[in-house]
Amino acid sequence: MTDVSYNTDTQEAEPTMRDFYELMKPRVMQLVVFTAVVGLLAAPVSVHPVIAFASILFIAVGAGASGALNMWWDADIDQVMKRTAKRPIPAGNVKPGEALNLGVALSGLAVMMLALSANLLAAALLAFTIFFYIVIYSMWLKRSTPQNIVIGGAAGAFPPVIGWVVATGSMAVEPWLMFALIFMWTPPHFWALALFMRSDYDDAGVPMLTVTHGRPATRRHILVYTVLLTVLAVGTAFTSIGGPIYLLAALILNGLFLKGAVDIWRRDEVMSEEDNFAVERKFFKLSLLYLFLHFGAILAEALLRPWGLGGW
Amino acid sequence: MSIKVEHEIHRRRKGRNMGVGLLLVGFVVLVLALTFTKVTSGDFELPRAEELQ
Repeated sequence: MTDVSYNTDTQEAEPTMRDFYELMKPRVMQLVVFTAVVGLLAAPVSVHPVIAFASILFIAVGAGASGALNMWWDADIDQVMKRTAKRPIPAGNVKPGEALNLGVALSGLAVMMLALSANLLAAALLAFTIFFYIVIYSMWLKRSTPQNIVIGGAAGAFPPVIGWVVATGSMAVEPWLMFALIFMWTPPHFWALALFMRSDYDDAGVPMLTVTHGRPATRRHILVYTVLLTVLAVGTAFTSIGGPIYLLAALILNGLFLKGAVDIWRRDEVMSEEDNFAVERKFFKLSLLYLFLHFGAILAEALLRPWGLGGW
Repeated sequence: MSIKVEHEIHRRRKGRNMGVGLLLVGFVVLVLALTFTKVTSGDFELPRAEELQ
């Protein structure tokens, strides 16, 4: 008897669980889970741990599903860019159709299960987030306007709002402050990346600001957005989700971030190439810590509140 | 005659099947836990049809 299932054509496209995991953009999922947890715990309503766990899990699954759909749609440009060439589809480990099926199936599952575990408003927000990320950002804005990152950043900013709505079942100002924090943080974060990933976006034909308006304009945009972000981030300290811990973290982090943005603005391409974009790379790394610590501070304020320590 | 040596493709499929199986079991356990939590929480109400019986 011979083994009829063996076929050399399918050998390369035989994905493992790890390939499917990679398809769901695990690093983005980590950020989504963290910010959604902060949104959920910062809300003034306590949630049963099982419902909280299940809801965060389904928000993460929704984020993973949109990651898979994004990789399906962007497979052509992913294979051109060095940063993304090893993703499962351009690497030949997963077929585009498999990514599409996984993304659609998990999107439906995540939205339906979030409606059952939490409430309809949270599920509707998750559905809108997936729609926004795939249709508005990936399919429309990303390849048509240099403002792609600015408007598309909204997709990544929704998780704390969804987390808050899981707990309360309604909207308030505070989750939108967390939304605004991520929304305003996204452009300087990605534009710094675009500055030192020099030819990637040019090669792929993605109209990033560096390609359409030039690199000096990108440096100016980073500074302007960082100034606006600083005002927002420090101002949030004086709302009901802020407090002394958050204020201290915000003052230090925004001071460092603003200094980084001014340094980037003062430099030109010659200076940057001399040290292989050291300042831009440092700013990008700081931006990751910046967002993590701001949300960590909001979380600390929320967790200390029952003991009368968090908040003002 | 059966093939004794396991091919790379079979190893990958086995790993994937095990992974999917574990995820399904985890999903069932989670739905069960959610159901218990919802039913035992104070604000749970029986559907009207069952209430009338």
